[in-house]
Amino acid sequence: MAEAHPVGFQWVMEAKRRGAKVFHVDPRFTRTSALADSYLPIRAGTDIALLGGVVRYILDNELDFREYVVAYTNAATIVTEEYADTEDMHGLFSGFNDDNATYDQASWRYEGHSQNRTTRDSETQRETAAGLENESHGAPVGGETERDETLQHPRCVYQILKRHFARYTPEMVERVCGIPQEKFFELARAWTENSGRDRTGMLVYSVGWTQHSVGVQYIRTGAIIQLLLGNVGRPGGGVMALRGHASIQGSTDIPTLFNLLPGYLPMPHHANHPTLDEWVNSIAHPGQKGFWGNARTYGVNLLKAYWGDAATADNDYCYGYMPRMTGDHGTYQQVLDMIDGKIKGYFLLGQNPAVGSAHGRAQRLGMANLDWLVVRDLFMIESATFWQNAPEIETGEIVPERCRTEVFFLPAASHVEKEGTFTQTQRLLQWREKAVEPPGDARSELWFFYHLGRVIRERLATSTKPRDRALLDLAWDYPTHGPTAEPSAEAVLREINGYDVATGRPLASFTEMKDDGTTVGGCWIYTGVYADGVNQAARRKPGSEQSLVAPEWGWAWPANRRILYNRASADPDGNPWSERKRYVWWDADKSEWTGYDVPDFEKTKPPSYRPAHDASGVAGIAGDDPFILQGDGKGWLYAPTGVLDGPMPTHYEPVESPVRNPLYRQQANPTRKVYTHPINTLNPSPPQEHSQVFPYVFTVSRLTEHHTAGGMSRTVSPLAELQPEMFVEVSPELAALRGLSHLGWAHLVTSRAAVEAKVLVTDRVTPLRVDGRIIHQLWLPYHFGYEGLVTGDSANDLFGITLDPNVLIQESKVGTCDVRPGPRPRGQDLVDLVIDYRRRSGNLVHRYPPMVTTDVADSSSDQEA
Amino acid sequence: MGVRSWFEGWPVYRQLTGTDPLGRGAAAKSDGSRALTARTDTADSMARSVCPYCAVGCGQRVFVKDGQVSQIEGDPDSPISRGRLCPKGAASKSLVTSPLRQTMVRYRRPYGTEWEDLDLDTALNMIADRVLAARDETWEDVDAEGRPLNRTLGISSLGGATLDNEENYLIKKLFTAMGALQIENQARI
Repeated sequence: MAEAHPVGFQWVMEAKRRGAKVFHVDPRFTRTSALADSYLPIRAGTDIALLGGVVRYILDNELDFREYVVAYTNAATIVTEEYADTEDMHGLFSGFNDDNATYDQASWRYEGHSQNRTTRDSETQRETAAGLENESHGAPVGGETERDETLQHPRCVYQILKRHFARYTPEMVERVCGIPQEKFFELARAWTENSGRDRTGMLVYSVGWTQHSVGVQYIRTGAIIQLLLGNVGRPGGGVMALRGHASIQGSTDIPTLFNLLPGYLPMPHHANHPTLDEWVNSIAHPGQKGFWGNARTYGVNLLKAYWGDAATADNDYCYGYMPRMTGDHGTYQQVLDMIDGKIKGYFLLGQNPAVGSAHGRAQRLGMANLDWLVVRDLFMIESATFWQNAPEIETGEIVPERCRTEVFFLPAASHVEKEGTFTQTQRLLQWREKAVEPPGDARSELWFFYHLGRVIRERLATSTKPRDRALLDLAWDYPTHGPTAEPSAEAVLREINGYDVATGRPLASFTEMKDDGTTVGGCWIYTGVYADGVNQAARRKPGSEQSLVAPEWGWAWPANRRILYNRASADPDGNPWSERKRYVWWDADKSEWTGYDVPDFEKTKPPSYRPAHDASGVAGIAGDDPFILQGDGKGWLYAPTGVLDGPMPTHYEPVESPVRNPLYRQQANPTRKVYTHPINTLNPSPPQEHSQVFPYVFTVSRLTEHHTAGGMSRTVSPLAELQPEMFVEVSPELAALRGLSHLGWAHLVTSRAAVEAKVLVTDRVTPLRVDGRIIHQLWLPYHFGYEGLVTGDSANDLFGITLDPNVLIQESKVGTCDVRPGPRPRGQDLVDLVIDYRRRSGNLVHRYPPMVTTDVADSSSDQEA
Repeated sequence: MGVRSWFEGWPVYRQLTGTDPLGRGAAAKSDGSRALTARTDTADSMARSVCPYCAVGCGQRVFVKDGQVSQIEGDPDSPISRGRLCPKGAASKSLVTSPLRQTMVRYRRPYGTEWEDLDLDTALNMIADRVLAARDETWEDVDAEGRPLNRTLGISSLGGATLDNEENYLIKKLFTAMGALQIENQARI
C-alpha cells in the first residue's frame, strides 16, 4: 500500500500512531513492510491457506464475535444433507460435473429450499462472468431459512465451516505458504484481539488479489474472517479493495463490460432472457427479500434512458433492441478470436493491452490480424505501434509490409482538459472541473463517442433495416458547447442520475423511480448524485470543516453512504455495540435510524420489525437484518449459490505451480476458465510430469513511480528518471544457484516468452521452505514496454491465459519460470529458446493440465489423513 | 548601493538582528528570491480536480496561466488526501504538458511502414464507415432456434479505467444500440 497507494497509506500510519498494529503479507518486502509492525513473506498464490488458517484459529478457539455472528450472518442457517465437503472428496465439493468442469450448485442449498433460484446453469454463469453482478447484491436465495441459533446442529453453517477449515492448521499454513508458525500466531492473535465490541480490524488488499484463478475466493476468505470477527458494517472495519485506476470502480458501476449494464444489471442472454419479463424476473426473483425486488424499476428506467420517447410500455421499453450474449465474449476470448481472424475492428480507449494484459505476444498478434484498430490515448503507446516496434518484428512474426491492420491514432484529452466524474475506490464520485482546452486534435471520449454516434445516425437516417432502429431511436440529443462542440458531461450525469419525464425534476433517490415509464434513470445506484439539480459530486466542503465521515465532500453511492451495511454497527436492538464504535443507531424517541452516516436501512423500520411469513422485497427484511441486498438478509459465511467454485474457499495451487497441493489431491481450481488455443501454452505443474523445467515462482507488481502499462509514466520525464529500467529482484541464494550477478542481466523463460531484466540481488525476496523443500520466488515490475522515455521487456509477456471462473479475470500474479544469466537471445534464437523449453516440458501445445486430479494419490497430506 | 544597505543586506547581520535567528527564512532571502512569487499566486485560474493515477482519489488543484497548466498541487481541503500527492500525482503537470503527448491524428494504412497525417473529421468519418461495414458483415439477427441476438461480434473495444463515468455511460449506450457486445474495460483485468 505504501508503494502503490502512498497517499492512502497515510491513514494506516495515522492508525498506527494511535495504537493499531499493522501486519503486512507479501511475497516481497516493500516500503509497507518496513513501516508495518510485522511482515509475513508468503509464497505467491497461497493466501487462502493463510487466511483459512485464521478462520480455523477463530473457530477452534471460539473467538468469533458470537452475538454478531448469530444475529447478522448465516452461521445458524442449516444446509441440506445432500451437501458434501472438500474434506470428504479430496478437495472437490458435491455436485461436480466432469463433462464441463462445473458444479451443479443444488446440493449446496439451504435446508428446506426446494432449489436455488438462479435461472442460469453454472456453465452459462461462468461464460458470462455472472459473479460480477453480485458486486451490488448477493446471489438469489429464498429468505425463509431453518436456523439453529445454538450453532450446534451438525449441518448449520458454523459447524460446516469448522469442518471445512479443520485441516488449515498452523503447521499446514507453514507447509503451504512458507510462513513460520510463530508469525502466523502473531497475526491470528492480533487480528482476533483487535476485533469485537470495542475494537474493529480492517483487511486491506490490492487488486492483485483478483488476478488469480481463485481470486474471488481469496476475497471471500477475507470476508469470512471479517464477518466472524464482527468487522463488517462498522467503522474501522471492512474489507477494503485498493483499486488501481482513477475510476475503475466507476468502470464496473457504469460498466464497459460485455456482461453488465449500468447498476450491475446483467446484459441479456439469448436463452435465459428472451423477454423483458424474463430478464427482470431473473434479477428480482419474485418473492425474494431485499431491494433487488425492484429490479423491474431499475431495468425500465435504464431502457427509458437509452431509448427515450421510443421506449413505451407497449413495446416493452425497447427491450427487443438489446444485443444478447450467447457465452463468453470477454477480452481474452476476443484476443484469441482476433488471432483466428474473426474480429474486424478494435477500439482501444486509454488502454494498452500490448503491455498491460496477460500474454503480450497473443495481444500483439491479435492486433496484427485486424481490419482496423482505433487507438485513443495521450501518448504513442505500444498498442499503437505494434506493427512497427513490437518484439515480434525482430522475430519475423509481424512484418509491416504484410500486416494489414489499418491503425487510427486519435489523441485524447487529459484529465485536466475535460470535466466529469471519477469514482474512487470507496465508491466516492468526485467531479473534476476543466482547467484548459485540449491541444490540437485531442478530444475527450465524450466528444468522440457522441460525435461518432451522431455521424453514424446521420448515415442511417434513411435506413429501413430493422437492425438500425436501435440506433435511430436512441436518445442521443446531448447539448454541446465551445469551439469543438464538446457534449455536456453534466447533462450526461443528469441522465445517469435520472429524472421525472413530465417535469424534468432530477430524482433524489432510486426509491423515487417508477416502473411505468414516467421516470428515466441511467444507473439506479447513482441516483441522488444530481439530487435537487445540484451536482453533488462537485461538493468540496473542506475536510477540516466536517466530521470524520466528511459527507459533504463528493458523493458516494448508494445514497451518499460511506459505510455499506452500517446497520451492523448497532446491535440487534439498535444500540451501538460500544461507545467507542458508535456509528449508526436507532433513536427510539424519534423512531428512526440516525448516526454519523446515512443509515443503510429503511429509516423508520424499527429493530423489532419482523416480516410477515410471505413478505417479499424490502418488506421481507427484518429490523435486525443489516444485509439488505442479500436474499436472507444475512452476511454469508457460506454461499449456498452464486460462487461457482464452491460455497466456501478452498486452497488450490496456482495453475502453474512447482508444488503438489499439500492440502488436497485436487491440485488447481477445478472450475477455472481454460482456453485451449495453440498460442496459449501452459507450463506443466504437478501431478503432471516435467514441472521441474520451470522450477521457480515469479510474481509481478507496481513501482511507486510507474503506473500500470507505463503509458502515463514511462512517458513522463520525472517518473522515467526515477525508475529508468526493467529489473528483476532475486534472493542472494537464487543468484548464487543460477549464477546471476547484481546489476548484470538475466532472462526469465516460460512456455510463452523469454523476458530480460537487470538483476537486483536483494534480501527483499527470500527463499521459502514449502512442503519440505526450498521454493525460490522472483519479483518483477510489469510497467515496461518498447515505447516511451524508458523501455524494457514486458513482464506480462511471461503469462499464459487462465481465468477465475466467477469474473473471468486472468491469473497474472503468479506463474512458474526458469531464470538464466545474461540477456535473452534475439530474433530466431529467441523463438528457438522458447520452443526448446516447450519441447523439454512435454510439447505443450494442446496439452493442458488436467482439471481434476483427485485420482492421483501423491499428496502426502492424504497419506497422513 | 550604500555601505549601510550593503551591510544590512548581509544575511548574517539580518540573522543576528532580525526575527529569524536560525537563518532559515527571511534572513536567508536574497534579492533574487525576494522577487520570486509562487506560480500558484500568479495563476489566472484554478480548477478543482482529481488525480488520474490510482483509485485513492487525491484532490488536485490545477493552476492555469495564459491558457496553459502552470502548476498542479495537492488539494489541502480533500478529506482523502489532505493536500498530499505521491510521486506520480506530483508529476501530473509533467504528464499533461509532456512534449511527448500526441496532439494530432496519425494514420497507418494497411501494409504501411510509416505514420501519415489525417484530418480529425476525415478520421471520424472513416471510422464511422468501418464500424458500419463491420457491423453489416457480421450482423446476427437470431440464433439457431430463432431467438433474437441483435448483435455483431465483429467489433471489440477495451477501455482504460481513467475514463469518466459520463464517458463510459455514452460508450456503453452507443455500442449497445449498435449491437456491439464485446465491450470490455481494465475492470476485467
